[in-house]
Amino acid sequence: MINRLIEPSSGRLEINGTDILDQPVTELRRNIGYVIQQVGLFPHRTVGQNIATVPRTLGWDKQRTAERVEELGRLVGLEAAMFDRYPDELSGGQQQRVGVARALAADPPVLLMDEPFGAVDPIVRNRLQDELLALQQQVHKTIVLVTHDIDEALRLADRIALLNVGGILEQYATPDDLLRDPANEFVEQFVGQDRGMKRLTLKTVAELPYTQGPVVDATATTTEALAVAEAHGVDWVGVVRDERFLGWADRTDLTNGAVMADLPVARPSARVTPDSSLRNAMELIMTGRTSVAVIDDGGRFGGVVTLDTIRSSLGSELGS
Amino acid sequence: MSIVAEAANPIIRWEWVVDEWDQIREALVQHIELTVLSVALGSLVAAILSAIALRYRPMTSPITGFAGFLYTIPSVALFGLLVPYFGLTRTTAVLPLAMYTLLILVTNTLAGFDAVPSAVRDAADGMGLTPTQRVLKVELPLALPYIIAGLRIAVVSTVGLVTVAAIIGQGGLGRLILDGLRRTFWTPMTIGAVLSIVMALLLDGLIYGLGRMATPWTQRARTT
Repeated sequence: MINRLIEPSSGRLEINGTDILDQPVTELRRNIGYVIQQVGLFPHRTVGQNIATVPRTLGWDKQRTAERVEELGRLVGLEAAMFDRYPDELSGGQQQRVGVARALAADPPVLLMDEPFGAVDPIVRNRLQDELLALQQQVHKTIVLVTHDIDEALRLADRIALLNVGGILEQYATPDDLLRDPANEFVEQFVGQDRGMKRLTLKTVAELPYTQGPVVDATATTTEALAVAEAHGVDWVGVVRDERFLGWADRTDLTNGAVMADLPVARPSARVTPDSSLRNAMELIMTGRTSVAVIDDGGRFGGVVTLDTIRSSLGSELGS
Repeated sequence: MSIVAEAANPIIRWEWVVDEWDQIREALVQHIELTVLSVALGSLVAAILSAIALRYRPMTSPITGFAGFLYTIPSVALFGLLVPYFGLTRTTAVLPLAMYTLLILVTNTLAGFDAVPSAVRDAADGMGLTPTQRVLKVELPLALPYIIAGLRIAVVSTVGLVTVAAIIGQGGLGRLILDGLRRTFWTPMTIGAVLSIVMALLLDGLIYGLGRMATPWTQRARTT
């Protein structure tokens, strides 16, 4: 409806303050990038010609169009060698990249994507989603993306409008709000039983307060280490030297007053990075031998993650 | 009679071919002219009818029904029917021949437009092409393989039907065939038949070749 393939029956739709009904429909559409599920590339036009569709329609000269096509090819990751091929010679993923490039050709402020990744297999879909997120970092468009896949929506969106049958708006919120505070039973059912887990997918370790946890320097004595273990109420202590995490020492070994560096340590099995999702961290903790995960911040010891810190990160927002 | 034919009346007598070369050439040229004129006129009318059917969908059945009805009229009868109006002229020959091409040309053109994927049509609209641009730049090129296939059939069948127009004194190579039949002299008949077959094959090949050049995207297969 935004590009008037369906005419609105009532209400107002504005783009940059202009009512969409106040301009010629073809002009409106040329200012909106359009990507559809079946891609809809023109089979009789080469990849380059497909991308150039809107610029040519707008009357750009050859030079400018060619430069723009090349630029877009780089942006979406298409080799220049593909520009002379026909769409049928490309894989599904490549076709969808061409579709995105074609939609962006005239640099429209708004991009409409109608189930853009519905027709590709899950692996390719995942990659295309990553690419879209990376692309958005560069182009900063207003993207309206329609999908039936709630996980895709949660992953890609800044804001989600959840529509019920008949186009009834059930909730309009950020992914985190949608999961934390579903407006009604429909939304709750739609986002699924595991919405807590899904929220963990959205958050990264970097969002947690970095806590040092029961960790001592390698130069510390076992007496000091024992005090740390007792203070945290745990049976083991992490050992760090020169900002690198060496491993875990068992509490039963902390008796002879020696320096920690001399004790045998078990290498950490659960290791996450600041970019890891909380869900990923939790999985590692649940399946690892220790009840904490070590944050590896580019080789440096960044702190530890425990189930408690993960739980409190979800809980602390409940009240806010 | 067959004994006579074997003895004194061979399938082809080359002296006759040499002696009557001017007549053969003239028949050949007339045959090509009648074919091209008929198919050209048929294409023009078919294009108009197809455009109407595509623009006003409910008209599709009446139009194809009418073209189908024309196709059922025996050619000999149709030539005869037009003689009182146009005499033994080229017009009398071309009109029925053009009519017979309508069915195949219209149905193939419509099939071609129907075969355009709806996603392609949606994409064209969504990118702000005007309806005219969509038809001319997207739908027509994509329908072209179907239109060309129809044209090939129309040309081949017209080359055959032109011979029938010999009964009203036109007919190109058909006159040679008729002449041979009347005189029980096989040479002109053989020449007329063979040349019209060769002509049909050559024209068919020509359109096929031109069609391939016009639709390069149809010859490339998926490589990945």
